Amino acid sequence: MHELSIAQNIVEIVQQNVPELDWPKVRSVVTIVGEQSGVVPDSLQFSYHAITASTRLEHSELDIEPVPFTIHCIECGVDSLTDQGSVQCPVCGMFATTIIAGTELSVREIKMDESYEVKK
Amino acid sequence: MSIITIERKVLEKNDEQARHNRDLFTLYQNFVINLVSSPGSGKTSLLEATLKCIKSKISVAVIEGDVQTDLDAQRIAKLEVPVVQIVTNGGCHLEAKLVNDALQALDLARTELLIIENVGNLVCPANYDLGEAQKVVVLSVTEGDDKPLKYPTMFRNASVLIVNKIDLLPYVDSNIETLKQNALRINPNLTIFELSCKTGEGINQWCDWLEQHMNNKG
Repeated sequence: MHELSIAQNIVEIVQQNVPELDWPKVRSVVTIVGEQSGVVPDSLQFSYHAITASTRLEHSELDIEPVPFTIHCIECGVDSLTDQGSVQCPVCGMFATTIIAGTELSVREIKMDESYEVKK
Repeated sequence: MSIITIERKVLEKNDEQARHNRDLFTLYQNFVINLVSSPGSGKTSLLEATLKCIKSKISVAVIEGDVQTDLDAQRIAKLEVPVVQIVTNGGCHLEAKLVNDALQALDLARTELLIIENVGNLVCPANYDLGEAQKVVVLSVTEGDDKPLKYPTMFRNASVLIVNKIDLLPYVDSNIETLKQNALRINPNLTIFELSCKTGEGINQWCDWLEQHMNNKG
Protein backbone atom coordinates (compact mmCIF):
# COMPACT_ATOMS: atom_id res chain seq x y z
CA MET A 1 0.00 0.00 0.00
CA HIS A 2 2.54 2.58 -1.12
CA GLU A 3 -0.29 4.63 -2.65
CA LEU A 4 -0.48 6.61 0.59
CA SER A 5 3.08 7.80 0.18
CA ILE A 6 2.41 8.47 -3.54
CA ALA A 7 -0.64 10.57 -2.58
CA GLN A 8 1.49 12.50 -0.12
CA ASN A 9 3.94 13.26 -2.91
CA ILE A 10 1.07 14.53 -5.07
CA VAL A 11 -0.13 16.87 -2.31
CA GLU A 12 3.44 18.15 -1.92
CA ILE A 13 3.51 18.97 -5.63
CA VAL A 14 0.25 20.93 -5.20
CA GLN A 15 1.81 22.68 -2.22
CA GLN A 16 4.77 23.77 -4.33
CA ASN A 17 2.54 25.22 -7.02
CA VAL A 18 -0.50 26.68 -5.28
CA PRO A 19 -0.34 28.81 -2.09
CA GLU A 20 -2.24 27.04 0.69
CA LEU A 21 -4.76 29.88 1.04
CA ASP A 22 -5.85 29.18 -2.54
CA TRP A 23 -6.30 25.45 -2.05
CA PRO A 24 -10.12 25.77 -1.84
CA LYS A 25 -9.93 26.91 -5.48
CA VAL A 26 -8.28 23.66 -6.59
CA ARG A 27 -10.86 21.70 -8.57
CA SER A 28 -8.78 18.74 -9.58
CA VAL A 29 -5.25 17.45 -9.80
CA VAL A 30 -4.71 15.66 -13.10
CA THR A 31 -2.41 12.70 -12.59
CA ILE A 32 -1.10 10.33 -15.24
CA VAL A 33 -0.93 6.71 -14.06
CA GLY A 34 0.52 4.11 -16.40
CA GLU A 35 -1.17 0.72 -16.36
CA GLN A 36 2.19 -0.82 -15.41
CA SER A 37 3.37 1.90 -13.03
CA GLY A 38 2.78 -0.36 -10.05
CA VAL A 39 0.11 1.96 -8.67
CA VAL A 40 -3.50 0.90 -8.14
CA PRO A 41 -5.78 3.80 -9.19
CA ASP A 42 -8.54 2.98 -6.67
CA SER A 43 -6.07 2.85 -3.78
CA LEU A 44 -4.50 6.10 -4.92
CA GLN A 45 -7.92 7.74 -5.10
CA PHE A 46 -8.76 6.48 -1.61
CA SER A 47 -5.41 7.67 -0.22
CA TYR A 48 -5.72 11.13 -1.78
CA HIS A 49 -9.10 11.72 -0.17
CA ALA A 50 -7.96 10.26 3.13
CA ILE A 51 -5.06 12.69 3.43
CA THR A 52 -6.83 15.77 2.07
CA ALA A 53 -9.91 15.34 4.30
CA SER A 54 -10.24 18.25 6.75
CA THR A 55 -7.65 20.28 4.84
CA ARG A 56 -8.22 23.15 2.43
CA LEU A 57 -7.92 20.58 -0.36
CA GLU A 58 -10.87 18.52 0.85
CA HIS A 59 -13.17 19.49 -2.02
CA SER A 60 -10.58 18.87 -4.72
CA GLU A 61 -10.66 15.80 -6.94
CA LEU A 62 -7.87 13.53 -8.03
CA ASP A 63 -8.37 13.09 -11.74
CA ILE A 64 -6.52 9.94 -12.78
CA GLU A 65 -5.73 9.51 -16.47
CA PRO A 66 -4.75 5.89 -17.15
CA VAL A 67 -2.20 5.13 -19.86
CA PRO A 68 -2.25 1.70 -21.55
CA PHE A 69 0.94 -0.32 -21.66
CA THR A 70 2.45 0.02 -25.15
CA ILE A 71 5.57 -1.48 -26.69
CA HIS A 72 7.42 -0.79 -29.91
CA CYS A 73 8.92 -3.79 -31.71
CA ILE A 74 12.43 -3.22 -33.02
CA GLU A 75 12.15 -6.28 -35.30
CA CYS A 76 8.87 -5.58 -37.13
CA GLY A 77 8.38 -1.93 -36.24
CA VAL A 78 4.82 -2.33 -34.98
CA ASP A 79 3.52 -0.59 -31.84
CA SER A 80 1.19 -2.81 -29.78
CA LEU A 81 -0.79 -2.77 -26.59
CA THR A 82 0.03 -5.91 -24.60
CA ASP A 83 -1.61 -7.56 -21.61
CA GLN A 84 -0.07 -8.04 -18.20
CA GLY A 85 3.02 -5.99 -18.96
CA SER A 86 4.43 -8.48 -21.43
CA VAL A 87 7.18 -7.09 -23.65
CA GLN A 88 6.75 -9.82 -26.26
CA CYS A 89 5.61 -8.40 -29.62
CA PRO A 90 2.17 -9.91 -30.32
CA VAL A 91 2.74 -9.53 -34.06
CA CYS A 92 6.08 -11.30 -34.65
CA GLY A 93 6.70 -12.88 -31.24
CA MET A 94 10.08 -11.22 -30.70
CA PHE A 95 11.25 -9.74 -27.39
CA ALA A 96 13.40 -7.05 -28.96
CA THR A 97 10.99 -4.30 -27.96
CA THR A 98 11.03 -1.01 -26.11
CA ILE A 99 8.34 0.23 -23.76
CA ILE A 100 6.89 3.45 -25.13
CA ALA A 101 4.05 4.09 -22.67
CA GLY A 102 2.33 2.73 -19.61
CA THR A 103 4.89 3.07 -16.81
CA GLU A 104 4.50 6.80 -16.16
CA LEU A 105 3.45 8.34 -12.85
CA SER A 106 3.26 12.12 -12.99
CA VAL A 107 1.19 15.17 -12.19
CA ARG A 108 0.20 16.81 -15.47
CA GLU A 109 -1.77 19.86 -14.34
CA ILE A 110 -3.87 21.42 -11.62
CA LYS A 111 -7.31 22.68 -12.62
CA MET A 112 -8.38 25.79 -10.68
CA ASP A 113 -11.61 27.77 -10.33
CA GLU A 114 -12.03 30.52 -12.89
CA SER A 115 -11.57 33.13 -10.15
CA TYR A 116 -7.97 32.00 -9.76
CA GLU A 117 -5.42 33.85 -11.80
CA VAL A 118 -2.60 31.66 -13.00
CA LYS A 119 0.71 33.45 -12.68
CA LYS A 120 2.81 32.94 -15.79
CA MET B 1 -11.27 27.15 -15.79
CA SER B 2 -7.69 28.13 -15.04
CA ILE B 3 -5.05 25.49 -15.53
CA ILE B 4 -1.62 25.30 -13.97
CA THR B 5 0.68 23.11 -16.02
CA ILE B 6 2.89 20.93 -13.86
CA GLU B 7 4.34 17.93 -15.80
CA ARG B 8 6.32 16.54 -12.91
CA LYS B 9 7.05 13.00 -11.85
CA VAL B 10 5.24 12.13 -8.63
CA LEU B 11 8.29 10.42 -7.14
CA GLU B 12 10.67 13.19 -8.18
CA LYS B 13 11.69 13.87 -4.58
CA ASN B 14 12.72 10.26 -4.02
CA ASP B 15 14.49 10.16 -7.38
CA GLU B 16 16.47 13.25 -6.42
CA GLN B 17 17.53 11.71 -3.13
CA ALA B 18 18.44 8.49 -4.97
CA ARG B 19 20.66 10.50 -7.33
CA HIS B 20 22.35 12.01 -4.32
CA ASN B 21 22.93 8.53 -2.84
CA ARG B 22 24.30 7.33 -6.18
CA ASP B 23 26.75 10.25 -6.26
CA LEU B 24 27.99 9.21 -2.81
CA PHE B 25 28.40 5.60 -3.94
CA THR B 26 30.36 6.74 -6.99
CA LEU B 27 32.57 8.94 -4.83
CA TYR B 28 33.40 6.08 -2.45
CA GLN B 29 33.40 3.47 -5.23
CA ASN B 30 30.75 1.28 -3.58
CA PHE B 31 28.98 -1.38 -5.60
CA VAL B 32 25.41 -1.33 -4.29
CA ILE B 33 22.65 -3.88 -4.74
CA ASN B 34 19.04 -3.60 -3.66
CA LEU B 35 17.67 -7.02 -2.70
CA VAL B 36 13.89 -7.30 -3.18
CA SER B 37 11.36 -10.13 -2.88
CA SER B 38 8.14 -11.14 -1.18
CA PRO B 39 8.38 -12.04 2.53
CA GLY B 40 9.92 -15.45 3.17
CA SER B 41 11.59 -16.07 -0.17
CA GLY B 42 14.99 -16.19 1.49
CA LYS B 43 16.63 -12.76 1.16
CA THR B 44 18.29 -12.94 4.55
CA SER B 45 19.38 -16.56 4.04
CA LEU B 46 20.83 -15.56 0.67
CA LEU B 47 22.65 -12.69 2.38
CA GLU B 48 24.11 -15.05 4.98
CA ALA B 49 25.25 -17.52 2.32
CA THR B 50 26.68 -14.70 0.19
CA LEU B 51 28.55 -13.09 3.07
CA LYS B 52 30.10 -16.41 4.12
CA CYS B 53 31.27 -16.86 0.55
CA ILE B 54 32.79 -13.42 -0.12
CA LYS B 55 33.50 -11.55 3.09
CA SER B 56 37.12 -12.72 3.23
CA LYS B 57 37.72 -11.27 -0.25
CA ILE B 58 35.52 -8.17 -0.30
CA SER B 59 34.64 -5.62 2.40
CA VAL B 60 30.86 -5.76 2.67
CA ALA B 61 28.29 -3.73 4.60
CA VAL B 62 24.57 -4.41 4.92
CA ILE B 63 21.46 -2.29 5.39
CA GLU B 64 18.45 -4.26 6.59
CA GLY B 65 14.91 -3.00 6.02
CA ASP B 66 12.00 -4.47 7.96
CA VAL B 67 8.57 -3.39 9.08
CA GLN B 68 9.36 -4.43 12.66
CA THR B 69 12.25 -5.90 14.72
CA ASP B 70 16.00 -6.04 14.22
CA LEU B 71 16.04 -9.84 13.96
CA ASP B 72 17.66 -9.74 10.52
CA ALA B 73 20.38 -7.34 11.64
CA GLN B 74 21.14 -9.69 14.52
CA ARG B 75 21.57 -12.57 12.07
CA ILE B 76 23.95 -10.53 9.91
CA ALA B 77 25.89 -9.13 12.89
CA LYS B 78 26.78 -12.71 13.87
CA LEU B 79 28.83 -12.86 10.67
CA GLU B 80 30.83 -9.84 11.86
CA VAL B 81 29.78 -7.63 8.99
CA PRO B 82 28.83 -3.96 9.56
CA VAL B 83 25.03 -3.79 9.52
CA VAL B 84 22.39 -1.10 10.06
CA GLN B 85 18.75 -1.95 10.63
CA ILE B 86 16.02 0.33 9.30
CA VAL B 87 12.65 -0.31 10.95
CA THR B 88 9.91 1.25 8.84
CA ASN B 89 7.18 0.90 11.51
CA GLY B 90 4.55 -0.19 9.05
CA GLY B 91 6.06 1.33 5.91
CA CYS B 92 5.93 -1.22 3.08
CA HIS B 93 9.15 -0.21 1.31
CA LEU B 94 12.47 1.59 1.76
CA GLU B 95 12.87 5.10 0.36
CA ALA B 96 16.10 6.79 -0.70
CA LYS B 97 16.00 9.15 2.30
CA LEU B 98 15.83 6.25 4.80
CA VAL B 99 18.85 4.66 3.13
CA ASN B 100 20.71 7.96 3.26
CA ASP B 101 20.03 8.22 7.00
CA ALA B 102 21.33 4.67 7.48
CA LEU B 103 24.53 5.50 5.55
CA GLN B 104 25.58 7.83 8.35
CA ALA B 105 26.27 4.76 10.49
CA LEU B 106 28.47 3.07 7.87
CA ASP B 107 32.03 3.72 6.79
CA LEU B 108 31.57 3.97 3.03
CA ALA B 109 35.26 4.60 2.44
CA ARG B 110 35.97 1.11 3.76
CA THR B 111 33.08 -0.55 1.95
CA GLU B 112 33.40 -2.17 -1.46
CA LEU B 113 30.02 -3.87 -1.60
CA LEU B 114 26.86 -2.57 0.05
CA ILE B 115 23.83 -4.83 0.10
CA ILE B 116 20.46 -3.29 0.95
CA GLU B 117 17.84 -5.84 1.93
CA ASN B 118 14.50 -4.20 1.22
CA VAL B 119 11.23 -4.81 3.06
CA GLY B 120 9.66 -8.12 1.96
CA ASN B 121 7.10 -6.99 -0.59
CA LEU B 122 6.89 -7.72 -4.30
CA VAL B 123 4.90 -4.58 -5.13
CA CYS B 124 5.86 -1.31 -3.46
CA PRO B 125 9.69 -1.37 -3.44
CA ALA B 126 9.62 -1.54 -7.26
CA ASN B 127 8.81 2.17 -7.53
CA TYR B 128 11.52 3.49 -5.23
CA ASP B 129 15.03 3.97 -6.54
CA LEU B 130 17.49 3.86 -3.63
CA GLY B 131 20.56 4.79 -5.67
CA GLU B 132 21.65 1.18 -6.18
CA ALA B 133 23.62 -0.12 -9.16
CA GLN B 134 21.53 -3.26 -9.51
CA LYS B 135 18.14 -4.36 -8.29
CA VAL B 136 18.20 -8.09 -7.54
CA VAL B 137 14.85 -9.84 -7.18
CA VAL B 138 14.67 -13.14 -5.29
CA LEU B 139 11.85 -15.57 -6.03
CA SER B 140 11.57 -18.97 -4.35
CA VAL B 141 10.13 -21.92 -6.25
CA THR B 142 7.47 -22.42 -3.56
CA GLU B 143 5.86 -19.11 -4.57
CA GLY B 144 4.74 -20.44 -7.95
CA ASP B 145 6.05 -19.98 -11.48
CA ASP B 146 3.44 -17.35 -12.40
CA LYS B 147 4.73 -14.67 -10.02
CA PRO B 148 6.68 -12.68 -12.64
CA LEU B 149 3.44 -12.23 -14.59
CA LYS B 150 1.50 -11.23 -11.48
CA TYR B 151 4.06 -8.72 -10.25
CA PRO B 152 5.61 -7.46 -13.50
CA THR B 153 6.82 -4.06 -12.29
CA MET B 154 9.32 -5.62 -9.91
CA PHE B 155 10.71 -7.97 -12.54
CA ARG B 156 10.85 -5.21 -15.14
CA ASN B 157 12.88 -2.94 -12.88
CA ALA B 158 15.32 -5.62 -11.73
CA SER B 159 18.47 -6.63 -13.58
CA VAL B 160 19.05 -9.94 -11.80
CA LEU B 161 16.64 -12.73 -10.83
CA ILE B 162 17.66 -15.27 -8.21
CA VAL B 163 15.48 -18.37 -8.12
CA ASN B 164 15.86 -19.72 -4.57
CA LYS B 165 14.95 -22.99 -2.83
CA ILE B 166 15.59 -25.14 -5.91
CA ASP B 167 16.15 -28.09 -3.52
CA LEU B 168 12.36 -28.04 -3.04
CA LEU B 169 11.55 -28.43 -6.74
CA PRO B 170 10.68 -32.15 -6.45
CA TYR B 171 8.01 -31.31 -3.86
CA VAL B 172 6.23 -28.38 -5.51
CA ASP B 173 4.23 -27.85 -8.68
CA SER B 174 6.38 -24.95 -9.88
CA ASN B 175 8.10 -25.53 -13.17
CA ILE B 176 11.40 -23.70 -13.20
CA GLU B 177 11.48 -23.40 -17.00
CA THR B 178 8.01 -21.80 -17.00
CA LEU B 179 9.12 -19.49 -14.20
CA LYS B 180 12.14 -18.33 -16.19
CA GLN B 181 10.12 -17.97 -19.40
CA ASN B 182 7.55 -15.84 -17.58
CA ALA B 183 10.27 -13.64 -16.11
CA LEU B 184 11.91 -13.16 -19.51
CA ARG B 185 8.57 -12.25 -21.06
CA ILE B 186 8.51 -9.27 -18.73
CA ASN B 187 12.22 -8.52 -18.87
CA PRO B 188 14.36 -10.28 -21.52
CA ASN B 189 17.56 -8.71 -20.10
CA LEU B 190 17.37 -10.45 -16.72
CA THR B 191 20.45 -12.36 -15.59
CA ILE B 192 19.11 -15.48 -13.86
CA PHE B 193 20.69 -17.61 -11.12
CA GLU B 194 19.18 -20.80 -9.73
CA LEU B 195 20.30 -21.70 -6.25
CA SER B 196 19.51 -23.14 -2.86
CA CYS B 197 20.65 -21.42 0.32
CA LYS B 198 19.87 -24.66 2.13
CA THR B 199 22.20 -26.95 0.17
CA GLY B 200 24.56 -24.29 -1.16
CA GLU B 201 23.97 -25.31 -4.76
CA GLY B 202 24.48 -22.41 -7.15
CA ILE B 203 25.79 -20.00 -4.50
CA ASN B 204 29.28 -19.96 -6.02
CA GLN B 205 28.03 -18.88 -9.46
CA TRP B 206 26.14 -15.99 -7.88
CA CYS B 207 29.16 -14.95 -5.80
CA ASP B 208 31.41 -15.17 -8.88
CA TRP B 209 29.04 -12.82 -10.68
CA LEU B 210 29.18 -10.38 -7.76
CA GLU B 211 32.97 -10.42 -7.69
CA GLN B 212 33.17 -10.02 -11.44
CA HIS B 213 30.90 -6.99 -11.31
CA MET B 214 32.95 -5.44 -8.56
CA ASN B 215 36.13 -5.90 -10.56
CA ASN B 216 34.56 -4.42 -13.69
CA LYS B 217 33.41 -1.47 -11.70
CA GLY B 218 36.81 -0.92 -10.05
